Amino acid sequence: MAKILMKGNEAIGAAAIKAGCKYFFGYPITPQNELPEFMSRELHKVGGCFVQAESEVSAINMVYGAAGAGARVMTSSSSPGIALKQEGISYIAGAELPCVIVNISRGGPGLGGIQPAQSDYFQSTRGGGNGDYRLLVFAPASLQEAVDCTMEAFDLADYYRNPVMVIGDGMIGQMMEPIEFNEPVKRELPEKDWATVGTKGARKPNIINSLALDPAELEKHNIKLQAKYKEMEENEVRYEMYNMEDAEVVMVSYGTTARIVKNAIAALKEEGINVGLIRPITLWPFPHKAFEEIPATTKALLSVEMSMGQMIDDVKIASSGRWPVHFYGRSGGMIPTPDAIANKVKEILGGAR
Amino acid sequence: MAVVFQRTNGLTEKPFHYCPGCTHGVIHRLVGEVLEELGVLGDTIGVAPVGCSVLAYDYFNCDMHEAAHGRAPAVATGIKRVHPDKVVFTYQGDGDLASIGTAEIIHVAHRAEKITTIFVNNAIYGMTGGQMAPTTLIGQKATTSPYGRDAAHSGMPLRVSEMMATITGAVFVERVSVDTPANIRKTKKAIKKAFEIQLEGKGFGIVEILSTCPTNWGLTPTESLTWLQENMIPYYPLGNFRTPEEAK
Repeated sequence: MAKILMKGNEAIGAAAIKAGCKYFFGYPITPQNELPEFMSRELHKVGGCFVQAESEVSAINMVYGAAGAGARVMTSSSSPGIALKQEGISYIAGAELPCVIVNISRGGPGLGGIQPAQSDYFQSTRGGGNGDYRLLVFAPASLQEAVDCTMEAFDLADYYRNPVMVIGDGMIGQMMEPIEFNEPVKRELPEKDWATVGTKGARKPNIINSLALDPAELEKHNIKLQAKYKEMEENEVRYEMYNMEDAEVVMVSYGTTARIVKNAIAALKEEGINVGLIRPITLWPFPHKAFEEIPATTKALLSVEMSMGQMIDDVKIASSGRWPVHFYGRSGGMIPTPDAIANKVKEILGGAR
Repeated sequence: MAVVFQRTNGLTEKPFHYCPGCTHGVIHRLVGEVLEELGVLGDTIGVAPVGCSVLAYDYFNCDMHEAAHGRAPAVATGIKRVHPDKVVFTYQGDGDLASIGTAEIIHVAHRAEKITTIFVNNAIYGMTGGQMAPTTLIGQKATTSPYGRDAAHSGMPLRVSEMMATITGAVFVERVSVDTPANIRKTKKAIKKAFEIQLEGKGFGIVEILSTCPTNWGLTPTESLTWLQENMIPYYPLGNFRTPEEAK
């Protein structure tokens, strides 16, 4: 199939529909508006339904209901809106329901700004909502990857009975790139025999629930959830390693920032400085194993983010003290330049050579 | 031997956890009886709230979904949009519906979702131990209004049915009470009507049921019924506020 040129937000919506998403509940917020707008135009054509909720809180709770009722369902928002959804996300994770949540993130804290940022790393990987739960979090760096991740996200959500988040910074939502829709690798998906579809008088009632008043029962549930998260850590880690051979410094960067980092790597190469990149595609599970492949030539790690330093915590954990970990970041919608990143690398290596 | 009274098939065999004299049990039974009589138990999905009736999912003999505090109408919307042919209801108290869930209840009606809401108003937060609710009456003592509710400080009690009746999509709004056998019969009639309207696809229906909380009111069950009659009914008048005919 020939590639088509689409805007990121619409491409994600189209990918969701290709993946069998029938229901979308959302609330307007910049810079993700083209996604709910697209769904409001398209979902009814596939026998689905779009509802604009009265708030992000309601939207995620509509997702909670629809997911419990057995549907393939999605919501999208941007940073402060995702903050409002955390209550529902925690319930959905606790009740073990599948859904896909898209965050086209913007600068914070508070109302912040509307320009691209990556300051929701903690929000997406450290809970955000209450309790011991995890989301599978994809951070695509291109629209093709955003489309691929979105299509697979629905299968993964069903497979693990867990919410999956696709986080793209504002650039992913707003830019246009050529894309094609590729079917994800087929998975054996479990029957949704737990869904609220009516008993028809033929079985005991199904109950969707995250409440367990008996502490022993709740702990047992949490141990079960942890086993599932462990399985995700073993099987669903995605990352890219780039230019690692003889790297003096290894940068760690994700999303569109990683593309800027690649430009910096090319510029540094011309100056005879070899720098590698570990690009997490899943923010959770974090690609710890990528750090085992760092070559002996590497003297330091550099976390490059569009934030004041969030992923760096995971980089430090993954480094286990084996390398000094440095940070370069811009925030509030400011975009790092290849030159500034290259200068930071040179500074780490002891100045210009 | 003729059977004159038995458990409705609309309820499971799980014993209620409710306090002695609490009227949640009566209301549960009425909802169960209506669902059974309408023959829709196998096609019904109920949404339980947070509050005293948080465990309602264990009692209704149909598929159930336990929502976050106040969010039952949003959860119900998600379910109904996926299964427009099923019967979907929410069961909510006054802390859940009239306080933390005001946005959700207003907008489920505003969108005219074909859903039924059973709203149990006992003028207090029961499960958390008797705090003031938006529905707590003037002068009524609660653990967070220890000197009695003061209008200058906390505003006047919220009349939910009157408010809901201003929304076009709310095609059935009725306030009833379970203080006497006669009123219990009227309550059942209202609940049945609300579900029938859903089955006819006419829009959103809500039945507000004045209920007692002997434990947190600090009264005996009988005194509670009298208190409801003397204090709640004068401020929360019983009656129908909207029928589908009027909604046109």
